[in-house]
Amino acid sequence: MSPFMKHHLFWPLCVLAALLLFNLCYSPDFFSITIHDGHLYGSLIDILNFGAPLILVAIGMTLVVATKGIDLSVGSIVAISGAIACLRISSGADQNSMGLILGSVLLAVLLSLVLGAWNGLLVSGAGIQPIIATLILMVAGRGIAQLITGGQIITVTSSNYAYIGSGSLAALPFSIFVVALVLMIALLLTRRTALGLFIESVGCNPAASSMSGIRAHWVILSVYVFCGVCAGIAGLLLSSNVSSADGNNAGLWYELDAILAVVIGGTSLNGGRFYLTGTVIGALIIQTLTTTIYMIGVPPEITLVVKAFVVLAVCLIQSDAFRAAIAARWKSRHYPAEKEMGRHVS
Amino acid sequence: MSLNRKYIPIVVTILLFIVMFTAGSFRYTGFFSLQVLMNLLIDNAFLLITAVGMSFVILSGGIDLSVGSVIALSTMVSAGLVQQQGWPPAVVIPLVLLMGAVFGTLMGAMIHYFAIQPFIVTLAGMFLARGLCYVISIDTITIDHSFYTAMAQTRIPLPGGSFLSISAVIALLAVAAAIFTAHYTRFGRNVYALGGNEQSSLLMGLPVARTKVLVYTLSGFCSALAGVVFTFYMLSGYGLHAVGFELDTIAAVVIGGTLLTGGVGYVLGTFFGVLIQGVIQTIISFEGTLSSWWTKIVIGLLLFIFILLQRVLSSRRLTVKE
Repeated sequence: MSPFMKHHLFWPLCVLAALLLFNLCYSPDFFSITIHDGHLYGSLIDILNFGAPLILVAIGMTLVVATKGIDLSVGSIVAISGAIACLRISSGADQNSMGLILGSVLLAVLLSLVLGAWNGLLVSGAGIQPIIATLILMVAGRGIAQLITGGQIITVTSSNYAYIGSGSLAALPFSIFVVALVLMIALLLTRRTALGLFIESVGCNPAASSMSGIRAHWVILSVYVFCGVCAGIAGLLLSSNVSSADGNNAGLWYELDAILAVVIGGTSLNGGRFYLTGTVIGALIIQTLTTTIYMIGVPPEITLVVKAFVVLAVCLIQSDAFRAAIAARWKSRHYPAEKEMGRHVS
Repeated sequence: MSLNRKYIPIVVTILLFIVMFTAGSFRYTGFFSLQVLMNLLIDNAFLLITAVGMSFVILSGGIDLSVGSVIALSTMVSAGLVQQQGWPPAVVIPLVLLMGAVFGTLMGAMIHYFAIQPFIVTLAGMFLARGLCYVISIDTITIDHSFYTAMAQTRIPLPGGSFLSISAVIALLAVAAAIFTAHYTRFGRNVYALGGNEQSSLLMGLPVARTKVLVYTLSGFCSALAGVVFTFYMLSGYGLHAVGFELDTIAAVVIGGTLLTGGVGYVLGTFFGVLIQGVIQTIISFEGTLSSWWTKIVIGLLLFIFILLQRVLSSRRLTVKE
C-alpha cells in the first residue's frame, strides 16, 4: 500500500467522496449553490448547517474517546442546555433583548460545563467505568430536561436567539462559524500544546502517564468538561434553529451518531489516538448520508437500515481481524493457534 | 453474623425493594396487597425476560444495545405474519424466537471473530432491527387473533383472590431457567470465567468463542421472547415499541448488583432490580401528582448509588488483597 492510502483520512474521505459522487450522478444540480438576498443556498450548505450540532458533539466525543472513555450523556446535555436557554428566554419580558439572550446562552453553557464536570468527576475521581458513569446522566438527564420544560415544548419568539442556529454571517450560516471556532480551539489546544500528547498517553495507559508526571485525573476531568460544553453549544444551535426546546426528543440518539462519527473518522474506541479532522469528516459523512437518503426518495424510515449497514461496513474495514481474515484467503500457510491467541492478546 | 462480601450488593438490592414496598404500603391505602405485587410481575414481564438475557451478556463482560429494537421487530413480525398474512401463531411464535436467536448469533459471531467492540456491533444491530420494523410497516398493526387475545386476557387465579397473567408465568419460568443455567451448568460457569478474564479462560482451555457467541444468542432469544410477551401485552406491532428499552434493561441489571465489568453478579439480583423499577413506577402512579419524568430521575439516582456502592466494595476488596 502506498503511504497515501495509509493516511488515516484516506478511507473516510473515500466514503465521503463516493457519497457526494453518487449524489452528483443522481441529481446533477446537487453542487449548485445559489445566492438569495445575500445568503448562500444549496444542498452542500444545508449539509454543513444541519450537520453543525453533530460535528460539535462529535469533536467533544473524540477527545473523550481518546482517553479510552465514552460519553453517553451528550444527547441529554443537548436537551438540557436547549431547554434551560429557551425557558429563560421565554420567561423574559423582552425576548429580543441582547442581555437576556447572552445571559441565557451563558447559563446554558455553564450548566453543561457543570454536567460535564459531574461526568468527569465520576470517571476520574470515583474511578467508575465511563460507559456506566455517563449512563447515569443519560437516564437522569432526559428526566431533568423534561422537568425543565414541564414535559411541553417551549417555543420562543426571539429573532436574535434564532440567529444562532439559523442566521447567516457573510453569506454563510452562522452555525458554521461556531463549529469552526470550536474546532480551531480544539486543534490548537491539542496539536500546538502538549495537551494532545497528554490525552493520548492517558488513553494508552493512565497509570503509566501518572507515573511519568502527567496529572491523569485532571486530563480526564477536562476532556469530559470539554465534551459537556460542546454538547451544550450543540443544544443551543439545535434549539435556536427551530426556536423551541423539546425535552423528549431534542438530541435523541445524538450520542450514538457522535460515537459513530468518531469511529468512522478513524479514532479507535480503545483510546490513545485521535483524529479531530477525521471526526469532522465522519460527521459530514453521516449528515450527507441522511441527506442522500432523503433526496433519492427512500422512505426516511429505512434510513436506519442503511445506517446499520454503513456502520457494519466501516467497522469491518477497520477491524484488523477482518482484514487478516480476508488476507488469509490468499495465503497458503495457516497458524490456527497463533491466530486464536492473537485475537485475544491484542 | 458475618456476611460474605460478595453477597452485599444483592442483599442491598433486596432490602431496598422491601423498604420501598413497605414505605409505599404505609403511605398509600390499597398499596399493600398481593395483587399489587403480582401486577409488578405482570406489567414488567417483558422487562424481566430481557433483563435475564442482558444479565448473561453483562456477566460475560459485554453489552447488548439491540434488545429494545429486537423486541419491536418481534412484535412487528408477529403482527405482520399473523394479521396480514394469516399465518397461525403456532408457526409464527417459534419463527420469531428463532429469528431473535439468529440475530443474536450473528452479532456475537461478529463481536468475537472480527474483534469489534460489542458496543458498536450491537449498536448497528439496534439500527438494523429498528429499521427493519419500518420496512414491514410504518404504522401500528393491531392484532385481533383469538389466540393472542386469549393469551392477553387469561388470568391464572392464585390463592388470596389475586391472579397472574400468562406472560408473568413465562417470565418467572425464564428467571428460574436462567438461575439454573447461570449457577448449575457448565455454560454458566464459562460465562462467569469469561467475564472475569477472557485471556485466562482461554488459557484454561474454556470454549471462549462458543460461550461468547452463545451469550449473544441467548440475549437475542430472550429479547424475541420478550417481544412475543410484549405482543400479548400490547396486542399490536409497532416500530416505536420499546424505544430506549435497552437502558431500562441495563439499569435493572446494574441495580440488581451485577458489575458491568463482568464476572460478578446474580440473576436473582436482576429479578429484584426489575421489581425495584416496577415499584418506583407504581409509587409514582399511586402518588398521582408526580410526573413520569421523575421515574427517570429516580432511576438515575439509584444507578448512581449502586455504582458507587459497588465501587466502594470492589476497591475495599482490592486493598484487603494487597
